[in-house]
Amino acid sequence: MSTAPTPPAAASRAGMKKELPERFKSYKHVWVFIEYEHGEIHPVSLELLGEGRKLADKLGVELIGAVLGGNRAAMQDAVVEAWEYGADLVYVVADPTLEHYRNDPYTRVMTDLVNNYKPEIILLGATVLGRDLAGAVATTLLTGLTADCTELAIDDEGSLAATRPTFGGSLLCTIHTLNFRPQMATVRPRVMAMPGRTKGRQGRVIEHAANLQEFDIITKVLRFLPDRNSNKVQLAYADIVVAGGLGLRSPENLQLVRALAEVLGGEWGGSRPLVQKGWMEAERQIGQTGKTIRPKIYIAAGISGAIQHRVGVEGADTIIAINTDKNAPIFDFAHFGVVTNAIEFLPALTTAFRKRLSVNRLAS
Amino acid sequence: MHIVVCIKQVPDSAQIRVHPVTNTIMRQGVPTIINPYDLFALEEALRLRDWLGGEVTVLTMGPPMAEESLRKALGIGADRGVLLTDRFFAGSDTLATSYALAQAVRKIGETWGIPEIVFTGKQTIDGDTAQVGPGIARRLALQQLTYVAAVQEVDLENKTITVLRRAEGGVQELKTAIPALITMLEGTNEVRRGTIADVLRGARAELVVWNAQTAGITDVSNCGLRGSPTVVKRVFAPKPRATKAVQIEVGDRDMGTIAEDVIARLYAVQPALEAALLRTAAAY
Ligand SMILES: Cc1cc2nc3c(=O)[nH]c(=O)nc-3n(C[C@H](O)[C@H](O)[C@H](O)COP(=O)(O)OP(=O)(O)OC[C@H]3O[C@@H](n4cnc5c(N)ncnc54)[C@H](O)[C@@H]3O)c2cc1C
Repeated sequence: MSTAPTPPAAASRAGMKKELPERFKSYKHVWVFIEYEHGEIHPVSLELLGEGRKLADKLGVELIGAVLGGNRAAMQDAVVEAWEYGADLVYVVADPTLEHYRNDPYTRVMTDLVNNYKPEIILLGATVLGRDLAGAVATTLLTGLTADCTELAIDDEGSLAATRPTFGGSLLCTIHTLNFRPQMATVRPRVMAMPGRTKGRQGRVIEHAANLQEFDIITKVLRFLPDRNSNKVQLAYADIVVAGGLGLRSPENLQLVRALAEVLGGEWGGSRPLVQKGWMEAERQIGQTGKTIRPKIYIAAGISGAIQHRVGVEGADTIIAINTDKNAPIFDFAHFGVVTNAIEFLPALTTAFRKRLSVNRLAS
Repeated sequence: MHIVVCIKQVPDSAQIRVHPVTNTIMRQGVPTIINPYDLFALEEALRLRDWLGGEVTVLTMGPPMAEESLRKALGIGADRGVLLTDRFFAGSDTLATSYALAQAVRKIGETWGIPEIVFTGKQTIDGDTAQVGPGIARRLALQQLTYVAAVQEVDLENKTITVLRRAEGGVQELKTAIPALITMLEGTNEVRRGTIADVLRGARAELVVWNAQTAGITDVSNCGLRGSPTVVKRVFAPKPRATKAVQIEVGDRDMGTIAEDVIARLYAVQPALEAALLRTAAAY
């Protein structure tokens, strides 16, 4: 979380060791904040359960979920899901004041849970909600928080080593919270793989009272306006993503990207300059300051492959890059390359896929 | 109405280079800018001031040269610039940064009137944490409004504020009490260009410069490295991938043939793909 860690200073501090103060020694177990809204768990929480499971096993402790919401009965599905994705125990806080996310009541409840049950690690999704909550909780507890981690591990002394990109992704740094507990970290959606689900796996549950009164909470939600096109949000979770960059040369040519995505039943997006030029909405930006994606197939047309773009797509199983420049950096991490004009090639690829799919559909 | 906007001077990261051998940032000659996200906060503050009257104070913590960013902000139209600078702040992580800034906001309030709104940008482009805004809010017990897309209404008489806030899967309309802290979403307003008079004033203006002591920070153990629970243990370059892309032959083959070739390769590495595509196609 360091605002801007300076490598030389970091190096000189690397040997620094601090003894964990006595009052923190009883802090134990790995927690995942289960982001639960509109009756559903955000997938990033499941990804974190997968990651948290590994940390807990390494430490020989339990993996625990914390889920907050308004209606206890409706939350049972979330509890079961948390168990099936690896939680040994779930703390449930159900209270009408927690029906819609608001910073104040959520911060109070999370802080209260921590002070009561004393976890050593808390992981949260780096979503709009998770970031809003994590910063407030960490400040209230006066502990360390590392944002947007790309790798989590336990070091030899049993403390959390949280690695994140810094300086626009050109470097990585590993951050520790040495003498405070809990150690907190956020991870963006899709950065970690989705773990398998063990149907029927069961755990324990502890109900915790919120002790909140609505009149005590100053912020009121007047309205919630759901996004019109809920598809937009699906980019991060699409199996197939087609994206365009400045190499497409005009906003009209984005249609070629959309057409291919449609034939493949996938989503489409683009590099950051397309947002800055107003060619597409920010929701569709892929990369470090946009969405991290993890599709089975990523097709990048006219994208150079700058580091900030790369970090958002590296989790893809197969990357196909189309670029006129055979030395474009994207070919350093794509699996297949086509050195050609994307504006001509995209329609050909769309036609070829459409043909194969319809022929084989008739055959089957 | 009094509004405080917290800004940060950052290196223009588009121009940052990493030394290939030592893995250190080559800062020499890299120009600095106001963190771009902070400009949306500044613009929103100026808009509110123009609408409701009052003053906008811009606050930054950084080395002495960060005064440049304050002058720029004054040039855009802010009324007052406060620079918080002290070697005690060196090495601050977000917790220590939010402590120092919160103390300075408190002192600003004592000196020129308690602010109704404190603004920050959504996050910075060098740290990218989005943690300092919430940190300041918590330390000053302000209502926390992050990712705000628009300030709809400010009622100074009843001390309330209504905003639209970007939430997961939609937009929340929130009403709360002032004083509040707002982190402003990018692209939500058009950042103005200052008038010539503002630019001149910015260049000449006397800035307020505080160190830890004059900002009213009595306990410097909350600042800088000592006040930072996190420690950067290692900085390293990402591992390059061992293999480069397999190039599909282009030559003078026509686009259709190349496309067939790409599809064949794809089906070969992902045997389950064709069946999956057929299923989605059938679902149309
Ligand atoms: C702090 C920060 C954060 C950033 N975050 C992101 C981010 O989240 N996502 C992101 O994408 N970028 C991000 N960037 C920007 C990034 O550094 C690059 O500038 C950007 O990704 C480049 O976009 P591009 O590849 O579309 O354009 P360019 O770099 O201009 O590349 C265009 C490519 O198209 C090729 N080309 C040209 N014509 C054709 C043609 N007819 N057919 C095929 N190929 C053609 C060219 O050879 C070139 O490789 C960020 C930058 C900074 C500083």
